[in-house]
Amino acid sequence: MYQKAMRLYRLALGPVLLLLSSIGSSAWAQGPTEWRHPNQVNMPVGVTEVSAQIHSIHMTVFWICVAIGVAVFSTMFYSILVHRKSRGYKPSHFHESTKLEIAWTIVPFIILIVMAVPATSTIIAIYDTEDADLDILVTGYQWKWKYEYIDPAGENISFFSSMSTTPEEIAGTAPKGENYLIEVDEPVVIPVNKKVRFLLTANDVIHAWWVPEFGIKKDAIPGFINEAWARPLKTGFYRGQCAELCGRDHGFMPVVVSVVEQEEYDSWLTAKKEEAAQIKELMAKHFTLPELVQQGQQIYNRVCVACHGPNGEGGIGNALAKSAIVTGALDETLDTVVHGVPGTAMQAFGGQLNDVELAAVTTYIRNSFGNNMGDMTQPVDVFNFKKGQ
Amino acid sequence: MDAHAHHGPAKGLTRWLFTTNHKDIGTMYMWFSFAMFILGGAFAMIIRAELFQPGLQMVNPEFFNQMLTLHGLVMVFGAIMPAFVGLANYMIPMMIGAPDMALPRMNNWSFWILPFAFAMLVSTLFMEGGSPNFGWTFYAPLSTTYAPPSVTFFIFSIHIMGMSSIMGAINIIATVINMRAPGMTYMKMPMFVWTWLITAFLLVAVMPVLAGAVTMMLMDIHFGTSFFSAAGGGDPVLFQHVFWFFGHPEVYIVILPAFGVVSQIIPTFARKPLFGYDSMVYATASIAFLSFLVWAHHMFTVGMPIAGELFFMYATLLIAVPTGVKVFNWVTTMFRGSMTFETPMLFCIGFIILFTIGGFTGVMLAIAPADFQYHDSYFVVAHFHYVMVAGAVFSMTAAIYYWLPKWTGKMYDETLGKTQFWIAFIGFNLAFFPQHFLGLAGMPRRIPDYALQFTNFNMLSSIGAFIYGGAQVLLGFNVIRTIVAGKPVNDPKVWDGAQGLEWTLPTPAPYHTFTTPPEVK
Ligand SMILES: [Cu+2]
Ligand SMILES: [Cu+2]
Repeated sequence: MYQKAMRLYRLALGPVLLLLSSIGSSAWAQGPTEWRHPNQVNMPVGVTEVSAQIHSIHMTVFWICVAIGVAVFSTMFYSILVHRKSRGYKPSHFHESTKLEIAWTIVPFIILIVMAVPATSTIIAIYDTEDADLDILVTGYQWKWKYEYIDPAGENISFFSSMSTTPEEIAGTAPKGENYLIEVDEPVVIPVNKKVRFLLTANDVIHAWWVPEFGIKKDAIPGFINEAWARPLKTGFYRGQCAELCGRDHGFMPVVVSVVEQEEYDSWLTAKKEEAAQIKELMAKHFTLPELVQQGQQIYNRVCVACHGPNGEGGIGNALAKSAIVTGALDETLDTVVHGVPGTAMQAFGGQLNDVELAAVTTYIRNSFGNNMGDMTQPVDVFNFKKGQ
Repeated sequence: MDAHAHHGPAKGLTRWLFTTNHKDIGTMYMWFSFAMFILGGAFAMIIRAELFQPGLQMVNPEFFNQMLTLHGLVMVFGAIMPAFVGLANYMIPMMIGAPDMALPRMNNWSFWILPFAFAMLVSTLFMEGGSPNFGWTFYAPLSTTYAPPSVTFFIFSIHIMGMSSIMGAINIIATVINMRAPGMTYMKMPMFVWTWLITAFLLVAVMPVLAGAVTMMLMDIHFGTSFFSAAGGGDPVLFQHVFWFFGHPEVYIVILPAFGVVSQIIPTFARKPLFGYDSMVYATASIAFLSFLVWAHHMFTVGMPIAGELFFMYATLLIAVPTGVKVFNWVTTMFRGSMTFETPMLFCIGFIILFTIGGFTGVMLAIAPADFQYHDSYFVVAHFHYVMVAGAVFSMTAAIYYWLPKWTGKMYDETLGKTQFWIAFIGFNLAFFPQHFLGLAGMPRRIPDYALQFTNFNMLSSIGAFIYGGAQVLLGFNVIRTIVAGKPVNDPKVWDGAQGLEWTLPTPAPYHTFTTPPEVK
């Protein structure tokens, strides 16, 4: 009851809060979780120098607009109240006044220059992507992000980051979690107080990578690379979303950045590299049919089930049970999984899953849902298939 | 007198099919645009109903994207633009003392291709793969490689709309230049005529650019070219440059006639001449000129070189100057007038307040570094609804109430009109003001579902949108009620403060007017 009343009270106070927030803007800089509270009415100050600069320009321009608005609207409302026929006010017939007209051309012009000066210096700061401590290649996919850490020694590590909110939460059959729609299976991890440069591109359509608390929003464009940078000054989780309409699940590709201390980052990176080495080892391994099927099932339920259904019965995607492709030549199945079907919802998974996963899922679909092909695809087969293209 | 000059309209359906009469064509344009307004509004209601609470309740994301695309296209090209073309058709000849438009047969055609264009556009909803789902800005490659098959029909309908607009614009230019009554010099033309003359030049300049953009899309989709595909040596960003070279002037195509309407109505109800007629004309012309130099302010996050960012930021800020001149002029016109507040005046005052707020957020958006936060967020959605809806729709509503007695010879119901204004004003602000907060707090636009902290303002916004939608039904009801059962008016002037040639004509305006040109002193 109390909570409900508080919510209504906050709602009613929205505009007032907007004003207050700007006066005591430091009170809003308490951290990422503070900023994302219900009924937030203003832009975050954020955790980088640039985001704080953006916030300050935003507030400056906002207050200038408020001042002009007050002047214009109070004049107008004064006439509306006083200069009305019902009060017997006789119209005067003045018009044209060169002095006044020159004044209201020059004064706004000067005000605009006042706004443009800090804006120019901030834009210069935003574009200064030189001398980064760390480079991360961010690739937009329909509908997830791929992060690749560019290693000077050539040992890049990369992974996909997809939304972890469940379809049940979205459909309303399960309660919605605190970070509904702005949570991912694996956030991108970066060290605090380091200049991180993000190189942005896309695999299919244009996406936009937005982290409000870094003051970064930049388009990820297929075939081109954009640059953005951040030097976060505080650890924590920073959440954002894809900002450019990119198709069906545009609303479901969040960005989560985890900013950690340098040591934590280092150990995370080491673990990631070990994981990569393990996968490399697995690639050379020969699996048994049950092993592949078991692993393939997990991947299927994570990646494919949304479109092809839990029993391969289809849905958004075609049915896989008794499908001509899945029960046809092995190469054809593999080709479809690796390259997708252009122009349809069937994506090219060749770059999204590793060779072990591709082998497992291909084997799984050929040996489930009543498809009893009995054959196997080994990681090395996938590797050779890709190489042979 | 010769009987021919007095013949009335033909009877039945053929009157409307074959008419070359500017009043008939203007009427059809306006009814058509009202129908589209209701349709586009229905799409918006679906969007707002889905966004009423978090989670997906009503529609799936695919259909949601189709709704937001069609909402934008139908509102911009089907509701707002034809409404003002209709108003121009009806009013410009009466304002400049001409018997009709200069090219009456083309006039008929430019109207009659429109229903086909929109029938085709809306029919895509029933096609396999659904209707266009890539937003009204249709960025490539989402609208090319990744588009549903119906995109081809979308392209064709855009072509038809473009042809209609260009023909309408040519007709207006020809009429204004050639058919003014003796003595009506350019600097004596009513503001509405001036703003439309400039708008018509904008249309002729940029509609072909839009046609070029969709033609390149068509080539990419069907004929193997790669204008917008990096894989073939093209550039998806090229699409955005071409689109916004059309798109930004398009904003002024929508808003300049609105400025004209407001500049006609405020002096009437303030009983005082427009404060700075000359400066209004120059301001309109400079806005139109500058509108060609600012298109990339829609693309600040696309990765332009820094010189581009700065140029487009400065140029955009510059537009605030002539726009400010407009607002100052209207307010000064009201100052020390003798005002009354009939429905048209209320809508004009509402227009000034809301448009000015939209102008302020426009200045904020022009600040490139801040735009890195605002861009593609709900802040932008709030901004352009404040300028587009409050600008175009409020002023169009004002125009309807203002000239309706002249058109029909009947008076609308003032109480109903005022009620509609207050419902519209409150509903509009409830719907769109909270969207500023949502955008600043990080909600992207064009999403069918949102994070939990956005819940309350979305709920408010949806409630406001339903109220605002209801106000439009009331408008339709009020207009029909006036035609059917309004109190007759005979006074040629209708409004005691009204100035201009149209008010020298009898009320209701006869089928043919100014068959002999009036003398303007
Ligand atoms: Cu995206
Ligand atoms: Cu623009």
